[in-house]
Amino acid sequence: MKFLRFFLIFILLLPLSSLNAEEYDKRNKITKNLRCLICQGQSVYDSDSEFANSLKIVVDKKLKEGLSEEQIYEYFKTKYGEWILYDPGINKNTYILWLLPILIFLIGGAIIYKSFIVRK
Amino acid sequence: MKNKILPFSVIIIFGIIFFIFYKGLEDSKIYTPDVNTKKEIPVFNTKEFFSGENVKSSSIFELDKIYLLNIWSSWCVPCRQEHPFLMNLNLDNKVNIIGMNYKDNLKNAENFLEELGNPYKEIFIDIDGTIAIEWGAYGVPESFLIYKNKIIKKYIGPLNQELVDEINLLIK
Repeated sequence: MKFLRFFLIFILLLPLSSLNAEEYDKRNKITKNLRCLICQGQSVYDSDSEFANSLKIVVDKKLKEGLSEEQIYEYFKTKYGEWILYDPGINKNTYILWLLPILIFLIGGAIIYKSFIVRK
Repeated sequence: MKNKILPFSVIIIFGIIFFIFYKGLEDSKIYTPDVNTKKEIPVFNTKEFFSGENVKSSSIFELDKIYLLNIWSSWCVPCRQEHPFLMNLNLDNKVNIIGMNYKDNLKNAENFLEELGNPYKEIFIDIDGTIAIEWGAYGVPESFLIYKNKIIKKYIGPLNQELVDEINLLIK
């Protein structure tokens, strides 16, 4: 009888423990990259505001629907604009941001190469 | 000649960088959401406020009418302030005001309407705030002017006389 009781508890707890850890990680990752638009300097993950809590529910829903991370970002981008993403993609407003470090790196490398290696 | 190219190009590059950052200083650092969107309204399923029956968004918004969707809640203090303006707007009967009850206790919401009046033609419930996200809303109160299933204008925060005048001008 005792064995049966433990067995039942074990069976009931089984689905709880496997509450899809992978999905949970993914949800955390996504909400960390979403800006809480009504907070100051907080991500949706960090915030406990009404807005952020609703957003977390939507992210959960979208993950359950089988949407990929990229598709979820795209969804929020159409709703709230690029600003909601902490990690914006390359577009006409941000290409300088992305290309300038590479450009500076290349030019710096060229200067070092010219002044030290070629001179030798 | 070769020696001159290097300092010259360095100066030019720093000049360009300086120019970009200097221009950046002039931009407004205050984030302003896009309010003049011509976005399609979202499709969603929800429950009616009084009857609790399931409703589809397509049955609420008809193509040939002008709607003002107002997100409200009984716990939201600015909603109380804007309520008289909604009542006034409803008197003219030019625009159909639809209410979206946001994360609220139904009993409190009913008391709110009893106390201040009901300007809404129809009210539906957003129990967990997800429908508001579908609309691209930030919180309560917020209003959307809708015509032909498109959002003409979005008003974030409580309505006031100035904004009501603007709405009257837009729906003329």
